[in-house]
Amino acid sequence: MGYASRMTAPVAHNAEAASADPLIRIRGLSTVLNGKTIFDKVDLDIPRGGVTAVMGPSGTGKTTLMRHITGQLAPDAGEVWVDGRNVVTLDRAALFALREKIGYLFQNSALLTDYSVFENVAFPLRQHLRLPEVVLRNLVLTKLQAVGLRGAVDLMPHELSGGMMRRVALARAIVRDPMLIIYDEPFVGLDPIALNQIVKLIRTLSETLGITSILVAHELSAVRRVADHIYLLAGGKIAAYGTPEELERGDTPWTEQFFTGAADGPVPFQYPAPDYAVELGLAEARR
Amino acid sequence: MSTARTSSRFTDALAQIGACGIFLFRIFAAVPRSLRYFKETIRQIWFVGAMSLTIIMTCGLFIGAVLGLQLYDVLSRFGSAAMSGTVVALALYRELGPVVTALLFAGRAGTSITAEVGLMRATDQIAAMEMMAVDPLAYVVAPRFLAGIVAMPALVCIFNALAILGAHVVCVSWLGLDNGTFWSNMTASVDVWTDVINGVWKSVAFGAVCTLIASFQGYTTAPTSEGVAYATTRTVVFSSIATLALDFVMTAFLM
Repeated sequence: MGYASRMTAPVAHNAEAASADPLIRIRGLSTVLNGKTIFDKVDLDIPRGGVTAVMGPSGTGKTTLMRHITGQLAPDAGEVWVDGRNVVTLDRAALFALREKIGYLFQNSALLTDYSVFENVAFPLRQHLRLPEVVLRNLVLTKLQAVGLRGAVDLMPHELSGGMMRRVALARAIVRDPMLIIYDEPFVGLDPIALNQIVKLIRTLSETLGITSILVAHELSAVRRVADHIYLLAGGKIAAYGTPEELERGDTPWTEQFFTGAADGPVPFQYPAPDYAVELGLAEARR
Repeated sequence: MSTARTSSRFTDALAQIGACGIFLFRIFAAVPRSLRYFKETIRQIWFVGAMSLTIIMTCGLFIGAVLGLQLYDVLSRFGSAAMSGTVVALALYRELGPVVTALLFAGRAGTSITAEVGLMRATDQIAAMEMMAVDPLAYVVAPRFLAGIVAMPALVCIFNALAILGAHVVCVSWLGLDNGTFWSNMTASVDVWTDVINGVWKSVAFGAVCTLIASFQGYTTAPTSEGVAYATTRTVVFSSIATLALDFVMTAFLM
């Protein structure tokens, strides 16, 4: 079977097998953005309490999936159930009530640039809770200590490196001990020491507080250490699902290509383009 | 082809106006929620009002001086130089004060609102607020809108005061017009309700329009550096046109 034909028939995924009572249940999700099919009737479950990684080639819709889960983007069709509520049908007030239980680490950190590190982490607390200043300060310092930036409490975002900004954003995402944390590319720009600590932190939050975590990442070694399950997205479908060990065995062309990093496989490395020789004018010269 | 393109641009412009109108209603709906961010509103009044004082005061002083100079020259040909202060005051209170202040406000505060909100959009700060269950319309836009409405009349009053001072310096101190004549003619001819208060109403409307346009352009900008640059330019152009058009309409109704 050629790769082209395999593209149309990704590995079957049994969503029901993921969990009996999943925190997130997605059924028949279909999304088309700018004429490109991102999801084609995707079914997916995220179990409670564990760390689920969502992986896949760039542009395959991982961040879009997170935006569907958090109600930032409505799908063209399908249902997105989070903690028993269909996000697609929620009004703004109900959606905001749900989001209060979700921590979200943005790909580009999205720190509030006019506020200090302390105020950035304190922002969700100040907006939703009336805590005494001493309690609020201790909470913020505890979270900053967890990401190793307690000493940077008075710095402004423009004084931080990319990796430090990501750690501050992580502290802000976990400051209210949410029911669900979505980490969108949490390891980008981190040095090995910080990466190791963040991996441990994600694992600790999951194991000690029972927080459900969704991790969008490309760093295989880190994902292998932290994730309980991995969804591999490709071609608008779930290409593979399983534990890191199961997926690494690579019994499908999708997992084989993704985990070996081969350019040749069902996922084309090259963006669709005209014939290379023709575009360079070499075909004409040969004649 | 050309007709079709013109038609398309016209419908695009109408769609933008419609979207801006809907945005205004969303701001009105967000205003009650924004009252809990009172400190933020005060900070924005400082930012769009107090920080605009230098340009407003400087321009007011020079515009008043030029007005005084020109009017003294023209009116003295008809033996009416004593009316210079009166004409300066009426021109300022009725038209020049609110309109010029609004144009300066659009250039100084409007552009900074667009750039700030646009960059917040481009760097996902707006999305981050929504994800933290904080309504960006209530936290970011409504305080700026209220600040514009509060700051603009104050700026117009300061602009007018400095402009009259400029005219006084030119007419009285430089050209030798009698000080008592300058003030007494002015106070006798200027009516608080028809001249001063109508100017204040205009300034409130211009403040609302300029901050609405600035916020809308920033909030809906394309999340790129080029998108923010275009949005900032559009803020100045659209605010200027809207101010002048609204001035005509309001003058027709208020006269």
